[in-house]
Amino acid sequence: MARRDRLSGNEAVSEALRQINPDVMPAFPITPSTEIPQYFSKFVANGQVDTEFIPVESEHSAMSAAIGAEAAGARTLSATSSCGMAYMWEELYIAASNRLPIALALVNRALSGPININCDHSDSMGARDAGWIQIYAENNQEAYDNMVQAFRIAEHKDVRLPIMICQDGFITSHAVENITLLEDEEVKNFVGEYHPEHYMLNPEETMAVGPYSVTNYYMEAKRAQAEGLHNAKRVVKEVADEFAKLSGRQYGWFEEYCMEDAEYAMVLIGSAAGTAKDAVDKLRAEGKKVGLIKIRMFRPFPAAEIAEALKNVKAVALMDRTESYNDHGGPIGAEVMAALYRAKATCEAVNYVYGLGGRDVRVEHIEGVFAELEKAAAEGTDSTYRYMGLRE
Amino acid sequence: MNNIVEIRWHGRGGQGAKTAALLLADVAFQTGKYVQGFPEYGPERMGAPITAYNRISDTQIRVHSNIYDPDYVVVVDESLLETVDVTNGLKKDGAIVINTEKTKEEIMPHLHGYEGAVYIIDARKVSIAALGKYFPNSPMLAAIVKVSGVMDRETFMKEMRSSFAHKFASKPEVIEGNMKALEMAFDEVQ
Repeated sequence: MARRDRLSGNEAVSEALRQINPDVMPAFPITPSTEIPQYFSKFVANGQVDTEFIPVESEHSAMSAAIGAEAAGARTLSATSSCGMAYMWEELYIAASNRLPIALALVNRALSGPININCDHSDSMGARDAGWIQIYAENNQEAYDNMVQAFRIAEHKDVRLPIMICQDGFITSHAVENITLLEDEEVKNFVGEYHPEHYMLNPEETMAVGPYSVTNYYMEAKRAQAEGLHNAKRVVKEVADEFAKLSGRQYGWFEEYCMEDAEYAMVLIGSAAGTAKDAVDKLRAEGKKVGLIKIRMFRPFPAAEIAEALKNVKAVALMDRTESYNDHGGPIGAEVMAALYRAKATCEAVNYVYGLGGRDVRVEHIEGVFAELEKAAAEGTDSTYRYMGLRE
Repeated sequence: MNNIVEIRWHGRGGQGAKTAALLLADVAFQTGKYVQGFPEYGPERMGAPITAYNRISDTQIRVHSNIYDPDYVVVVDESLLETVDVTNGLKKDGAIVINTEKTKEEIMPHLHGYEGAVYIIDARKVSIAALGKYFPNSPMLAAIVKVSGVMDRETFMKEMRSSFAHKFASKPEVIEGNMKALEMAFDEVQ
């Protein structure tokens, strides 16, 4: 039995965490953290979960404690945002390379400076090569559903990697929206109990975690890690299919919206996809053949499948809510253009940077991008790295 | 898309405009609507101008932008009329509700020639009478519900009582005062 409710994105993820009832949650509880540790610590105080909540003194310590707890054999998660995640940086890599399936409830917000607390993707996109699985949400429902699926993906024996469950700061994290929740028992059964194969508190199998690896072994360890991420692609799909049977809501690596006959397409991530869907509907009503691809799983990146989905378009806009400072585009631009090259695609591809520091994304902005795409397809373009919504 | 009602709130940090927007989302949800209630954060401090938004719809809401062409505007703090263009984008067939002690005639010159309906309410008077303190958000919430007609009075009062019971679980003594503020405001807005 599903429960209809209205929750903010932070409340929605906290509700999923209450239902999951993890073993350990180390988190830095104040700014730049989110309301998620605050809500969750109430569940702890009220006895609604039996999680060990550790209010650590920094995010570096939060991820360090998470690594220790997970290595010991406990189902562990943390929550952070923005500069808090930046302060975890060193430990993010250690969590991934030690093959520890920690979950991180991340609210995407800008990194300083200038100082800004609002949404963009510079925090998680900066960590895209840290070895974590990354899943993104358009709205509160998806943030909740993704959190419920997180541990099933991360803990799978073929994966054993940490996972980031991302949502847009303020735009979804602080917005109250309708949501459909699963019953506690359904989530408990779906997530299941955690029985790690190898863990430090197992007296039958003594082991070390995170020792020095000499040059003779380091590269093999990294290759094995890459194999785990490769397998995550299959597992994300399997878990999504099983979740669909439970919830009726089907997820995949990405969502295609009006792409069947689209001539002009947009590839994007997060809450802007909802706004862009309204723009697509408006332009479709005017007879324009437009569509969009919303990426749900950015790590691992479903390159061949996205290129396949774009094979019939004349032009595509690749939308990045972060700057890469490489002077030619952002992370989604780089990934998709590489995928298109492998697929020998010939469409025009234009990379847009947008929405930095919470800059609002309007339906009109998206319509403007589609108009520019039409022009680029007709006339060709040398300008493949642009900004959307910039005040000039 | 035509059945969506968009409301923009203008207030000052600490006056509860964000809370009022979230409460409106809450009660509209209870009547079976799709809702959004969200704040726009600038520099957070007491007294700084803040904006909050509501969308209320019969169908699922996907757009995640701020609201630029609202059907209704609520001004929780009259002094904002001097610094914020509160009627910007406001639809002519919509309405603005302003918390003020002044008359409509005195307020009109501050509205940049807005041609739609203008409603006023003295939320301070209502709040002091009902609560003994100045919390303008409950009266303004009742005022916008009446003006916009997003739900009828009886449903609104019933849902608000249940919402307050949840929100003020640890201090139930303030529930009656807030309910009185809502009832008074429903009568006072003009």
